Amino acid sequence: MIQLAYVAAAVFFILSLKGLSAPATAKRGNLYGVVGMTVAIAATLAVPGLTAYTRIAIAALAGGAIGALLASRVPMTAMPEMVALLHSFVGAAATLVGLSAHHQSVHADLVSRVEIFLGVIIGALTLTGSLIAFAKLRGTIGGKPLLLPARHALNLLGLAALVALGAWYVRAPAGLPLWLAALLAGLVGAHVILAIGGADMPVIVSVLNSASGWAAAATGFVLGNDLLIITGALVGASGAILSTIMSRGMNRSIGSVLVGGFGDGEGAEPGPGSAQAEAMAKGVNVGDVETAVELMRGSRNVIIVPGYGMAVAQAQHPTWQLVQRLEAEGVRVRFAIHPVAGRLPGHMNVLLAEADVPYDQVFEMDDINPDLPETDVVLVLGANDIVNPDALDKPGSPIYGMPILEVFRAGTVIVVKRSLSPGFSGIDNPLYYRDNTMMVFGDARAVVEAMVKELKGAPAHA
Amino acid sequence: MEGFLAHLTVFVLACFVGWQVVWKVTPALHTPLMSVTNAISGIILIGAMVAAGIAALDLAGWLGLAAVFLAAINVVGGFWVTHRMLKLFRRR
Repeated sequence: MIQLAYVAAAVFFILSLKGLSAPATAKRGNLYGVVGMTVAIAATLAVPGLTAYTRIAIAALAGGAIGALLASRVPMTAMPEMVALLHSFVGAAATLVGLSAHHQSVHADLVSRVEIFLGVIIGALTLTGSLIAFAKLRGTIGGKPLLLPARHALNLLGLAALVALGAWYVRAPAGLPLWLAALLAGLVGAHVILAIGGADMPVIVSVLNSASGWAAAATGFVLGNDLLIITGALVGASGAILSTIMSRGMNRSIGSVLVGGFGDGEGAEPGPGSAQAEAMAKGVNVGDVETAVELMRGSRNVIIVPGYGMAVAQAQHPTWQLVQRLEAEGVRVRFAIHPVAGRLPGHMNVLLAEADVPYDQVFEMDDINPDLPETDVVLVLGANDIVNPDALDKPGSPIYGMPILEVFRAGTVIVVKRSLSPGFSGIDNPLYYRDNTMMVFGDARAVVEAMVKELKGAPAHA
Repeated sequence: MEGFLAHLTVFVLACFVGWQVVWKVTPALHTPLMSVTNAISGIILIGAMVAAGIAALDLAGWLGLAAVFLAAINVVGGFWVTHRMLKLFRRR
């Protein structure tokens, strides 16, 4: 009976993921997930021998209350941190359940010892890796990679020590090697993620998403529970796909991201005054808000390319006002999203949705690139590397081969940016020096608000 | 060993199902995908319940109880925050 309920729960979880294939069915998908979880928990209460309902209820209600508090308060801009934090809890729970299983009974057979050991270390790696990712995304610790002198040697040493502890535990299943392994795996997880730059976080959060799934699946093996195995595998596969998509979007392999040491995640931004003078000296077309607005209202279609800078400046709400004003004057406006824009897969879409932008006005890179040559004006808001033409035509460039939004093919490109400083990759962007590009220097929010004001003030074209 | 092979079969098949299903997820919903997988990986709750509820309140019981607490944060927090995000998506 319990097994049947577990099969039903597994089916609900699959339907839940399937629901996310389109925004129209997504809410139902989430509901399927809730139903699956409820069925699974109810069935587990009927497990023979499980009697301590009171203490389970207290712990679950306390956790549930904290989960509700976190979920109801987190702002949409902080979603990357929230997701990283939740990954760490799965890792912690996997480690705890593995340790508990060890202390529960004597494990006579080899297979179950290996399973416990793997469950504990995968959980511990996920836990500390996610906590470091959380701290980096939150800004508690800087995005700059921590590069210890012999870090690769340290990681290899840690790995070798884990293998040794594993051999020890499998031969003689005592608590000491298992707890030591948990501790060591935790240190290795933290060290690996500390060495990764802030800009690689979309890949890292996806990898940790995958790891949290594998941790749950490993716990399923420890307990011989197929529902945990299935669910863990679903989540693991999901994270693996997201990691693949993200690293493709950055033209890097997952391996090279995990090795770390790439980019510092924070470019120094000088003040706008000096930026303008510097840009003019370099022969860049510098424009003001008024000219930019005239260009946009005089065009038939505009495509807006938001980047992380738009999210940082909280410019999404004024941007939607700008779109509505332009539409009122008969301009067709669409958004174009690069897969790695933001700090989390799909983050830009959520931020735009929160600002009330309809999702059918937001397009993926591959769908909108063919339209760019016929576009009159592209407005780039706080994006840099994802529109850098070097990726297409400069084989020596570090970003050569990375898929980009080919905005330079449009009639005019208006780039709103605080300065000419390069992005996380530290490379210059030739887009800024092109004849059909106009730079408007300033904070994305302030500039867009000024554009909205300009549109309000001046009468529309007859 | 036989039990292990049966579980391994389930595991491998589930990986394939996940791989097939998740590729169909629209990129616009990748953040809700992450938070909903956060929630469903909270399924570790059922393992934690067994660990916490069968034994006496010894070391194993306490470890299980701590896991129940953490997994419950994930289940409630994950589904709730996913719901909040999905509510924002609207058509023109």
